[in-house]
Amino acid sequence: MKKLKLVMVGNGMAGVRTLEELLKLTPELYDITVFGAEPYANYNRILLSPVLTGEQTLPEIMLNDVDWYAEHGITLHLGKEVVEIDRGRRIVRAADGTTAEYDRLLLATGSNPFILPVPGKELDGVVTFRDIHDVNTMIDAAAKHRHAVVIGGGLLGLEAANGLAARGMKVTVVHLGEWLLDRQLDRTAAAMLQDTLQERGLSFLLQKQTAELVAGSSGRVASVRFKDGEEVPADLVVMAVGIRPNFSLAEQSGIYCDRGIVVNDFMQTFDPRVYAVGECVSHRGVSYGLVAPLFDMAKVVANHLANFGIARYVPAATSTKLKVTGVDLFSAGNFMGGDGHEEITLSDPVGGIYKKLIVKDDKLVGACLYGDTADGGWYFRLIREGHAIHEMREQLMLGEGAIGDVGHAGQNRAMGMSDDAEVCGCNGVCKGSIVKAIQEKGLFTVDEVKKHTKAASSCGSCTGLVEQILINCVGGAADVKPKSEKAICGCTDLNHGQVRQAIREQHLTSLADTFAALDWRSVDGCSSCRPAINYYLISSWPGEAKDDPQSRFINERVHANIQKDGTYSVIPRMWGGVTNPSELRRIADVADKYDIPMVKVTGGQRIDLLGVKKEDLPKVWADLDMPSGHAYGKSLRTVKTCVGSEFCRFGTQDSTQMGIDLEHDLFGMWSPAKVKLAVSGCPRNCSEAGIKDVGIIGVDSGWELYIGGNGGIKTEVAEFLCKVKTHDEVMVYSGAFLQLYREEAFYLERTVHYLHRVGMEYIKQRVLADEAGRNELYARLKFALSFEQDPWAERTKGGVARHEFEALSIETVTA
Amino acid sequence: MSRNWKTICQLNDIPAQGARVLKRDDGDDIAIFRTIDDQVFALVDKCPHKGGPLSQGIVSGRTVTCPLHNWNIDLATGEACAPDEGCSGHIPVKLEAGAIFLALD
Ligand code: SRM
Ligand SMILES: Cc1cc2nc3c(=O)[nH]c(=O)nc-3n(C[C@H](O)[C@H](O)[C@H](O)COP(=O)(O)OP(=O)(O)OC[C@H]3O[C@@H](n4cnc5c(N)ncnc54)[C@H](O)[C@@H]3O)c2cc1C
Ligand code: SF4
Ligand code: FES
Repeated sequence: MKKLKLVMVGNGMAGVRTLEELLKLTPELYDITVFGAEPYANYNRILLSPVLTGEQTLPEIMLNDVDWYAEHGITLHLGKEVVEIDRGRRIVRAADGTTAEYDRLLLATGSNPFILPVPGKELDGVVTFRDIHDVNTMIDAAAKHRHAVVIGGGLLGLEAANGLAARGMKVTVVHLGEWLLDRQLDRTAAAMLQDTLQERGLSFLLQKQTAELVAGSSGRVASVRFKDGEEVPADLVVMAVGIRPNFSLAEQSGIYCDRGIVVNDFMQTFDPRVYAVGECVSHRGVSYGLVAPLFDMAKVVANHLANFGIARYVPAATSTKLKVTGVDLFSAGNFMGGDGHEEITLSDPVGGIYKKLIVKDDKLVGACLYGDTADGGWYFRLIREGHAIHEMREQLMLGEGAIGDVGHAGQNRAMGMSDDAEVCGCNGVCKGSIVKAIQEKGLFTVDEVKKHTKAASSCGSCTGLVEQILINCVGGAADVKPKSEKAICGCTDLNHGQVRQAIREQHLTSLADTFAALDWRSVDGCSSCRPAINYYLISSWPGEAKDDPQSRFINERVHANIQKDGTYSVIPRMWGGVTNPSELRRIADVADKYDIPMVKVTGGQRIDLLGVKKEDLPKVWADLDMPSGHAYGKSLRTVKTCVGSEFCRFGTQDSTQMGIDLEHDLFGMWSPAKVKLAVSGCPRNCSEAGIKDVGIIGVDSGWELYIGGNGGIKTEVAEFLCKVKTHDEVMVYSGAFLQLYREEAFYLERTVHYLHRVGMEYIKQRVLADEAGRNELYARLKFALSFEQDPWAERTKGGVARHEFEALSIETVTA
Repeated sequence: MSRNWKTICQLNDIPAQGARVLKRDDGDDIAIFRTIDDQVFALVDKCPHKGGPLSQGIVSGRTVTCPLHNWNIDLATGEACAPDEGCSGHIPVKLEAGAIFLALD
């Protein structure tokens, strides 16, 4: 097939990101030609600020060098500004006469700095702060001249002022508003910021309107004169008073524009062959000036250019950060508030800390932090995920640490951490290496950090911290998304929810069908998506979808737990934690017979045989003659019990028998993540039912059911679901909740995270209010479990998966 | 140089997207992999990271994911995929008429 021609005008961050996304989806569909007015390949514009201060250099901020374009067969015209689009003939023409034909055109022309219409604006020494050329001019001026005036006290102006001061200039910031950053801060916080910057040698003139830039004898700018007649010396004037979408080219060629190139939700302009992306765009009347939304747009455009046609651009909250080393300022979402919004503020001018949180309808919608931004990432996540906050309202201001977070996830101290402090305990990655990778490799997402540094790639408990570091390094450009919006892995753009839905709606019953139906990018997926999809298949279509052992992690393939030295551990099931002399004798005999180095009582009320050789597993299972404890699976693990009314003087119910019955009832249940239960005989709760996925506490008049507890990485107390009277009700209500979780949770999402995502109200609707629905859920669970057998018994009988346990050897097989 | 090819097993002794181990008394164990499209590869059964048994990993495309800490190893070269670095040695292997041969020294 002949390739289509794609031409892109504007070689900046949004445009090139679109090409990257497109090449991931379909590397072959287009012949691509790119025109860029600047003489450079794609660089990270955001980092011009640290380049100006001297903290980074230009080569360090390149995102894609010219070799990248060559490697992908992209024709690159640098230093060529497109001046005409002939939409009839579908040709673009650059100022130097170069032309290119297109089938699809992508406009990514960014924006232009706004220039104040004052006399003297074209004088030598008057610059804006937008591109490499501007930065070079400023660095040059700083070497030769003394006085700089920055007009504009917004983020960009302050970063420019800070950079010029770092290069030794005497800098005055002129601002029309009453206080600095009047779009991010209120008066109190702004005054604190101004103090800090004054201590660093910057001067400020507020509520000043520039009247004229006055030339000196050399013709270069020499001073700035204000409306009130005052004048300050200036050998360099930086105008940082705002940006305007750059749409003149589009407008001239007859594409509908209204303060930006007008696009629909698919980023298409009024000419269906022409797409637009980035700061030049006006989407539903809004233009954006931060990269995070632009990168979201890039994904949408790529999806449509690749003819997938399913993505829509939906604006999400954005966050910003002032990139001045030593000044911590962070704002996100709607930090200005307004009608129907509540404000929670904390102000400590002496300690230099100011925090403002904006709440609307029980949700956090905006945050503005000064001085202590450690919790910025957490607030940003709450804003984007739209969590209800009534339960944590009191602690909200104190930060995530105050919510009683023991793990790294809540240890939001990214700013204060030294470079050699360890962030990821699993892979031994320290903060310095993460920061370095983010800066050198131009990373914007936690996934990219994972790939490049391994941080957060194992147990994941430090993901929050990594997110924080990312936000600290690249500010609002950090692409942090809740899991429900993230693509499963690099093989697809679809998220877990979308894949699940497709499997159900399109009745997909095998991995191969799923990959084909959903246009997977790889032939057979990867180690992240295959186990997830295998689970979605077998849980959606029990008895129909065939389990694929090759898409399961080794533990679930061989029904034992791999150890660091490649041996395995064996944990037989002890129903409800109850055993007997004969079982114990068999365990002892097995340990002797197979030279098992360690026998340990687990935290789950049963016994672990550690260090078993793989080839011995089937024999060990046969000799034990006990069912699998599934201690290795995303499945039912243990049901812990206490002694209960049969023996305990306080016991009100027979918790032991209840535990045993539940464990039999749920035996063999595969689930999105592991599932643990416990049953206590009275509220003293000796079996720790309060931190289990399903916890049951016997009381005089029946049983209380709790759900969504977790005793692991981050301890979470289970929430009260309901109280029931009978044994059978315990079975049905527990089973119905677990089936709902099995049907709706994302792979690796434990009950607590599922519960937080959908909310307790929803669970109550489905499990309590709707009796017929509850019974159906429980019936579907029983139907699914009817296909499950004890995996150990199946394998000891031979036949099943023999190849897993028998090694090859040269002697035996040559025959 | 002619190679000392040894028959090891039949293609069907290894599940597609799977692996088997060849135990050796006089050297490291060898992992023999079969991909979804029936290509066959052999690596020393030792992850360059901390020696994890690659034969126990998940095979997808032309890589295997180590079961211990999820490094991805290229089956053809034994090299760890970026950003990880390191190499498990690879052993020449051929598939003829449904039988798998290894070139062992
Ligand atoms: C054997 C045991 C420790 C012991 O000696 O007591 C154990 C051992 C492991 N736990 Fe555990 N956990 C054991 C009880 C627990 C408990 C306590 C309990 O079940 O009451 C918890 C906290 C309760 C909970 O899960 O809510 C626990 C929370 C974890 C977590 C964190 C889970 C979380 O969602 O936060 C992990 C990591 C994971 O699953 O990703 C983990 C992972 C592991 C793994 C499987 C690590 C791995 O992925 O290979 C360990 C296997 C070691 C090995 O080489 O065999 N283990 N683990 C316990 C087996 C219990 C059993 O009989 O089945
Ligand atoms: C100093 C500075 C600091 C910033 N800090 C942050 C920050 O901390 N966080 C954040 O999220 N954002 C920040 N931004 C904003 C961010 O850089 C922009 O939002 C982003 O770069 C816009 O991407 P774009 O592709 O739309 O436009 P650009 O990156 O500007 O790319 C547009 C390109 O198109 C070229 N072009 C225009 N017209 C034509 C034509 N007719 N023919 C050929 N080429 C053309 C331009 O020369 C330009 O290279 C900062 C910006 C600056 C300047
Ligand atoms: S057994 Fe659990 S707590 Fe202990 S080292 Fe392993 S994963 Fe960590
Ligand atoms: S041993 Fe293979 S990844 Fe660690």
